[in-house]
Amino acid sequence: MIASPVRRRASFRSIAIHGLALAATALVLWWFWHSATNALADRGLSLGFGFLKQPANFEIGETWLRFDAGRSNGRAIGVGLVNTVVVSALGCLLSLVIGFALGLMRLSSNPPLRGIVRGYVELVRNVPLLLLLLFLVASLHGLPPPSHALHPARGIYLSNRGLSLPAAQLGVITLGLLVVAMVAVALRRRLGRVGDAAMALSIAALAASVAMARWDAPHLRGLDFTGGRTLSPEFAALLAALVLHHAANVSEVVRGAIQAVSAGQQDAARAVGLSRWQAMRFVILPQALRAMVPLLASNAVSLVKNSSLAVAIGFPDVVSILNTTGNQTGHAIETMLMMGAIYLALSLAIGAVLERYNRRLLTNADT
Amino acid sequence: MRRLLLAGVAAASMACGDGTHAAGESARASARGTLLSAVRARGTLKCGISQAAGFATPDDAGRWRGFDVDFCRALAVALWNDPDKVIFTPFTQQQRFSGLQSGEVDVLVNGTSMTSSRALRMGLRFGPIYLYDGQGFLVAKTLNASTPAMLDGAAVCVQPGTTTELTLADYARRNGIKFRPVVIEDLRSLVGAVSSGRCDVITQDGAGLATTRTMLPHPRDFVILPERFSKEPIAPVVRAGDDEWLAFVNWVFWSTMQAEEFGITQQNLAAHASSTDPAIRRFLGAEPGVTDGLGLDPQWTAHIIARLGNYGEIYERNLGASTALALPRGMNAPWNAGGLLYSPPFR
Repeated sequence: MIASPVRRRASFRSIAIHGLALAATALVLWWFWHSATNALADRGLSLGFGFLKQPANFEIGETWLRFDAGRSNGRAIGVGLVNTVVVSALGCLLSLVIGFALGLMRLSSNPPLRGIVRGYVELVRNVPLLLLLLFLVASLHGLPPPSHALHPARGIYLSNRGLSLPAAQLGVITLGLLVVAMVAVALRRRLGRVGDAAMALSIAALAASVAMARWDAPHLRGLDFTGGRTLSPEFAALLAALVLHHAANVSEVVRGAIQAVSAGQQDAARAVGLSRWQAMRFVILPQALRAMVPLLASNAVSLVKNSSLAVAIGFPDVVSILNTTGNQTGHAIETMLMMGAIYLALSLAIGAVLERYNRRLLTNADT
Repeated sequence: MRRLLLAGVAAASMACGDGTHAAGESARASARGTLLSAVRARGTLKCGISQAAGFATPDDAGRWRGFDVDFCRALAVALWNDPDKVIFTPFTQQQRFSGLQSGEVDVLVNGTSMTSSRALRMGLRFGPIYLYDGQGFLVAKTLNASTPAMLDGAAVCVQPGTTTELTLADYARRNGIKFRPVVIEDLRSLVGAVSSGRCDVITQDGAGLATTRTMLPHPRDFVILPERFSKEPIAPVVRAGDDEWLAFVNWVFWSTMQAEEFGITQQNLAAHASSTDPAIRRFLGAEPGVTDGLGLDPQWTAHIIARLGNYGEIYERNLGASTALALPRGMNAPWNAGGLLYSPPFR
């Protein structure tokens, strides 16, 4: 009874503080917007996203989506975004796998192996990523020209234009089967025997569909390879630089997390008769994983952001395309905003996925 | 990352005009139409350039030299009879417009092509065309490509943020051929990509190709194809909204062309000063009422010729046959000598 007016006052105060903070934020945002539009109006410019629908009028060297100069600026930015996502996703996956292996090797009982991994990690982590990138791309540019391309197997060519591989021309059916197979794999445990059958069936259908697809092999025509799929040296250099750099980071995270699990756990596991590997797999790693995931998330986020170093070597990532679009159309502020929004969205998405995974790890551990 | 940061800073300073003091001051001055007095009060001209051999490079002593640089200096000479009262700011192709719009520089003399979208949609105003150029191809001699059409499928090195990317795409679509663009901003990396064979071709404006060729390890192994497939009228750029400043820039550029047309050079300026030809007397400020507007020294045209020479002398010194670029005059000769340079009359 006595406490209630105090509490009421406290809640009033907190509402007032929240309100003031909100109002101040709104005021600052309004001021930014107001002075930006004023400054632009002074120079006869205007803000707006209409330019996204206008034709881009420039070509992009490397695309996963169909693109030509007649397509819109929005489409061009989409192509750049897909390039960023592809290189980042592959980079995250590979750096995770390689980093994990390196981290375990770092803890092995074999001194030369430990030394080699340690040397690698120290070297790569202490060299600027940009330098590594420029070094790699310069090395790849040293490959022979297309007319003298290395030709290790049928349909595969390696030249300074990149790695040309045969590509299957996959239709909608194959892609559909791929989705079905992925769903079946994901739900296998819940569906029991039915799930196993569904998985086997869908994977078989997928394999058949890929086997029957028309394969398009690259061949040299004029100055370049046509057909198939060519991965450019810039793509390879960027991917390799990101993987080399971030695998070193991941390996340190893995090593640290494993060493943070108390040594008694290892001794206890060995005492009950588990082998070294079994102790690692069933006792140490499940505990270490919980410490790793938040750090791996921040590593993945920084990998995505580092992929924007692509502009230095001419890989058409989303930053490079947005820069070009902004410069061609004069909408520098809008493209800057989009750049910020895109990286924010990618980072938050990675954070959300790994956060969910981490929560599942914790609940599994509790039950 | 550095570029991203710079672009961000430029965008931010555009966004808040009051943020950076000096930049805000001259940007606002331009909006009110008094940039000329703001520059006078400041005592130095801020000129945006793009570093390129023959156009703008620092010499051994760190002094900027080149074709574009000399025109920046001409503006300073017209104001103060002092070619050193210029602060040069080198921009990349992608930074240059935000650099101008944010008030970081008063004028761009950096090889920017005059185009409709830049004038009508981006709030930029162009002075007189001081170099007529066109986009072309630089290829290795071993390719044996005599026409661009023989370059189907070629990997083409191109710098981002220029009309070059656009013109290249247009050219390929018009001729039904395919190019694979390799977009690299840094000119040295671009040259490296060509000399290593990553690209078959560099495309740039003709003058840019001449510069780039001098940077290659074996310039003789490369050839500039004669075909030009775009119009690149190079002109100085100022912000929209300041007629007085634009007029000043216009007439300084034209004065160098008019001097060449009259045959007035650094050497014979003294002889012309006592000329009886009324047109020359008016041009050199010996008679009042023609060159003394905008509060300028009536002798400003004579000062420019004395300090820097006429258009032809500026051209020969920086781009001519005696230089590494060895660009033929071509279209950049006076109108009465088979070229396109045509100054309106000084009267």
